[in-house]
Order: sequence, then structure tokens, then C-alpha cells
Amino acid sequence: MDSINKWLSENTFHHGQFWDILKLVEIKRQKGLKISLCIPTLNEEKTIGKEIVVFKSELMDRYPLIDEFAVIDSGSTDRTMEVSRSYGADTYFSGDILPEHGFKRGKGENLWKAIHQLKGDIIVYVDADIKNIHPRFVTGLVGPLLWKDSIQYVKAFYDRPLAFSQGIRPSGGGRVTEILVRPLFSLFFPELTALIQPLSGEYAVRREVLEAMPFPIGYGVETSHILDVYHKWGLGAFGQTDLDQRVHRNQSTLSLGKMSFGILQSFLRRIESFGMVDKLPEMSNIFRQFQAHESRYEQVTQEIIEEERPPMSSIPQYRALRGLPPL
Amino acid sequence: MPEQHDLTRILDDVVRYRKRTRELRELVLANVVMIGEIPSPTFGEAGRMDFLRNRFTESGLESISIDEAGNCTAVLPGSKGERNILVAAHADTVYDATVDHTLYVSEDRISGAGVADNSLGLAVMASLPIVLEKLKIKLNSNLVLVGSTRSLGRGDLAGLRFFLDNSKLPINSAICLEGVHIGRLSYSCLGMLRAEITCTVSPDRQGDGESFGAIAAMNRIVGKMLAIRIPQHPRTSIIMGSLNAGKGYKAPPPSAVLRFEVRSEQLGMVGEILNEIELILAEMNSDPGINATIQILARRRPGGIPFKHPLVQCARSIMDKLDIHPLVAPSVGELSALIARGIPGVTLGITQAGDDDDSASSVMVKPIMTGIAQVIGMLQAIDGGLCDG
Repeated sequence: MDSINKWLSENTFHHGQFWDILKLVEIKRQKGLKISLCIPTLNEEKTIGKEIVVFKSELMDRYPLIDEFAVIDSGSTDRTMEVSRSYGADTYFSGDILPEHGFKRGKGENLWKAIHQLKGDIIVYVDADIKNIHPRFVTGLVGPLLWKDSIQYVKAFYDRPLAFSQGIRPSGGGRVTEILVRPLFSLFFPELTALIQPLSGEYAVRREVLEAMPFPIGYGVETSHILDVYHKWGLGAFGQTDLDQRVHRNQSTLSLGKMSFGILQSFLRRIESFGMVDKLPEMSNIFRQFQAHESRYEQVTQEIIEEERPPMSSIPQYRALRGLPPL
Repeated sequence: MPEQHDLTRILDDVVRYRKRTRELRELVLANVVMIGEIPSPTFGEAGRMDFLRNRFTESGLESISIDEAGNCTAVLPGSKGERNILVAAHADTVYDATVDHTLYVSEDRISGAGVADNSLGLAVMASLPIVLEKLKIKLNSNLVLVGSTRSLGRGDLAGLRFFLDNSKLPINSAICLEGVHIGRLSYSCLGMLRAEITCTVSPDRQGDGESFGAIAAMNRIVGKMLAIRIPQHPRTSIIMGSLNAGKGYKAPPPSAVLRFEVRSEQLGMVGEILNEIELILAEMNSDPGINATIQILARRRPGGIPFKHPLVQCARSIMDKLDIHPLVAPSVGELSALIARGIPGVTLGITQAGDDDDSASSVMVKPIMTGIAQVIGMLQAIDGGLCDG
């Protein structure tokens, strides 16, 4: 697909392209933009302190790229909030924001309420469980939005896919991405397979996009965002940035099962709301993966046709062999 | 005349600095995190030096370079530039690059491999330019910052020694920074010998009594070394650092390696003990099938500035003002390279170690700003000529 290759070459970045934070600050100032950083939390006392210290020091005190920085919590029972406050972060219990709309426990709830609570024209969401936190987790996502006005939504991806001598390495999208989301996108929304890690928890989005979208509260929030942005603005509204490595805790297979179930619900709900249930596109037989050459990315396609055989009992030779009457 | 910086004013200022530096806490802690998560085993410090170079560049320092020994150096020019004050912190740690270097920041401490020795000391040095800028302190003297390599173990201070032997800048006074312990005040260095004894046992002897191997042979050597009579005063010690031998349960190992240090405040004592150790090894080598050799990795001569030196007295006054209890202890680290070249200097600690099992893996956050205020006060005292001997 030419559209995918064009998008890959124009809208896929590496965080190293945005190393000059002073330049980002200057573009932000020229464009009159404010940037807010939101860290959604639930029991993240081990990693939250480091994230706050690094972001506050490097992106507020040293370089004023971030104008506002908040931790929005789903009701941690550990010391997440105390640690966050001790290093000067604004902390909010999600239930205290828009209380008249109630409180639902889930990451999507925190992201949704951040839109109301925070003032930025751009909101950057970064998960709290990153062990190797670094300013690039913000600069790499904000950079494309500052550079290109046409980009609305920037996703992070990690562990750049590399060509191996024996085919290609899976594109590092994580188990749920590779097993569930990429096959679904390949079947129904082939262009979206160009997003190397559609489920990554780090992204930066313009306010006008965020305020126009519904928010699943749970696991489906990233998938539904992608489908909604694509449906309304097209592939060109997306950017993605290679942030190199992300070290985080691994989830159990049971948790991934729950995540997949939530994603599938969101996916099917979108199929319904887009009016696609009785107008499904012809199913594609092309499965799409990606590989990188230096800093250039390209798609690798494989035709996978799931042919079927009829029941053996319908085969005349079998029936004769087994002494069954002819059909 | 030592400018307007008399000690009384500096003592008043350090209390104010402690308060002001709290606003800079995240800047310092972020440096601790970003430096500490770059593995930096001795002889493998390049990653940290790159980070340091970038930090120095961001701070607008001059003469930023990475020298032939891998040290990262830079100069914050003083308004007069008549003297040069060195602040040094070693960049290497005892942790191999394969060890998880993730740091964790909780409300009261930072923990992770090498944070105390010496990621914190290096981070504070890297933070000094911005701390001075935020405190609006402009020194008359040039501030020479050195992140030094190859300090520990077999490194034998090679980085700092290279810098001191080759730098065109004459250093007038120096401060060495260590992560822990706050209150540390080293102004002298011990005589020190760092060595390895390798003991091999021939296959014939390994079958002797079905159990004799290099561990048993080395055990004899260790026993004899511990029996060496050493004086209580001046303080002298033999420190057995590590013993490596064997791989399993059943087979006596053919070789063993003992790493140890001998330390003494008394000139010549280390040499006397070395003679005794060599006699022990000669006796062992007379036993057929046993071969014991010693390899000397580092030696230091004892020395330093006297307790009454103004540099020491200024440090004590500043610590007293900040309610820091001084812990006077001789050094075998960077300070000894300075002392060997007649440069007056002190080693200061920045904070308390955490109460974890491994004191090198955790430091307390709250005292860090007091530790930095102490360093700033010392820089001003040296800069004002109050520490000249």
C-alpha cells in the first residue's frame, strides 16, 4: 500500500530528531501552545518518584517545555500519592475531578478526566511503570506535534523492528498487539497496521482531538482512540516516534487475556458505531508487519489464505471405505 | 585581603544555601538518576563521561574535554581566575555493566547499584554549575570539575593521576566528593598496599589426603597473614577483601586468588608488613607442589595536611554551622593522588547511607541539600583565601 509507505516515511520519527529541547521550547513559544503532562497511576510507588524527578528537572526547571504536570490516580492503596507530592507533582484523585459524573476505576477514566483538569493545548500521557524513564519519553512525543501542524496524535513505539537473517523479527508490539490487534487491523483497517505499537501507553494528543472522542475506561482506550482518530481524521493525523527501549514490569498471561477481552469489546463497538456490521469490507488475506532499514521503515506483507476442507463424511471415497451409504 | 568573604559571612550563608538548594532538589536528583543508571565499571566509564560532557555543555562551561584517560573535565571560569579550585568525583563503580542499574526514588531515599559510591558524588559535581548559578554565586577562582575514571580496584586512581600529571592548570586546592557519609572529613591518606595473592596447587598435591587444594593452601596463607603482629597505634590493618576459588562441591580447586589491602597511618609500616607477607609466601613455596605469588596493584604513601590546616578548620566550622557531625577518617581514594602531589585537599561526603543491607545501594534524600550547602561553603572559603595554609 503506497499510503502506508508514504506515511511511514513522513510521519515516523526517532526521538533523536528532537534532542534539541531548547528548539522545541522555542517552537512551542512561537506557536503559543501550552503543554500538559499527565501520569495516570494506580499503585506505582516504586517508579513514580523517579518519573516526577526526571520530568520536573529536565522538562520544567531546566527547559520549560512542560507547563503543567499532574499525577491522576485511581485510588492507590500504596504511597503513590505521597511520593508524588513529596517531589512537587500536582496530584489528583480521579474521583475528585468532575465528581458529578461519578468515579469509575480505570486508566481511561484518568485520561478522560485529565482533559478537564489540565489546561494544555497538547496533553502528553506517560504510564507510571517505566523503569528506564528519560526526558525522551516526552520530547519524542511532543516533537512531531510541534513540528507538523497536520499531526494530531503521536504514539510511542519501542525496540525498533530489525531485519533478521531468517525473515523479520516481530515488530516489538507486545503479545496482545501481535496476536490480536495487528491481525484485526490487517483484516479490517490495513492502514492502521503501520502503527508499530498501537497499544503503547505513551502518546501526545492535541486537545481538540481529545475533547471530541469518547473514552473507554479500561483496556480498550488506546484501540478505540486509534479507530476514532482514523475514522475522523485519517492516517495522516497520526505520528509515531521510536523511543528506543522501554523497561517495565511484565504482565501475566491472565492479565493479557483480560486486556484482550477489553480491546475486543472496544473494537467490535467501533465496528458497530462506524456502521460496518452489515457492510464489512472484503476480508483481506494480506498480513502486514514491519521492518526497519537504518531509520527507514517498510512494510512486509504475507498472503495468508485459510483454506478449508469439507467434513470427511462428505467425501465419497471415505464413505465407501467405511461402508456408509452414498449421499 | 580575602575579599569580603570572611568566615562569619560564609557560615551565615551556608544555612541560607541549604534552604535555597531545596528548590533545586529535583535538578540534583535527576542527575543522580540519569548518571546512576549508566553502568560504569572501572575501565568502562565512557557512557557516564558522555553524559557529563553534555551536562557541562548545557551549563556553558569552558574547556570541556574527555582526556586520554577518559576523564571528563571542564572549567567554570572565575571572575579573576587567579587560582584554580578542583572538584573531583570518581565516575566508576564496583558494579559490572550486566548488573541491573535501575534506580528507585522513594520519599526519603534513592536506591540502586552504586548510588552511594559514587553516582551521588558525581551527580553533585555535575550539578555544581547550575547550583552556583541559581544561588547567584560567582567565584573569583576558576572551578575545575573532573569526573575521574579508573579509580577503584585495579584502576588505582589512574584517571585523576593522569589529569594531575598532565593538566596545564595548576591546582591550588581541591575537594573530592563521595556520596556517603555526610560529615566525612578526610584530609590525610593512609599508607596503603592493594594486592592479589594467587596460589596454585599442582595436580599431584590435589590428591593429597583427597582434600588438599588451593583453598586449603590459601587458608594457610590467610592464617599466617592474620597472625602478623600489627600495631594498634598508629592505626594499621590488613583487610581481606575477597577470596575466589573453585566451582563446585567435589573437586579441590587448582588455584585460588586472595585480594587484600594493608593500610597504615605510619610511614614504612605497609612495607614492613609486605616483607612479612613475602616471607609467608616463600615458606609456602618451599612446600612441593604449591606456588604462591603476589601481584601489587596499588600503593600509597601516608601523608596529608595537618588537622590545624585552615582548610580542615574551615570544613569543621561549616559542618558545625550545618549541624553536621564531622567523621574524621583518612582516605585511600582520590585525596591520596592530590596529597602525593602536595595539593591541599579534603574529601567530603554528601549524605547518609540508607539502612539497607548493602550501604552502597541506598542513600537518604533529605541530607543531600545540607551536603551540597557544605560544598558551596567550602568553595567560597577556598575562593576567599580562608583556607590557605
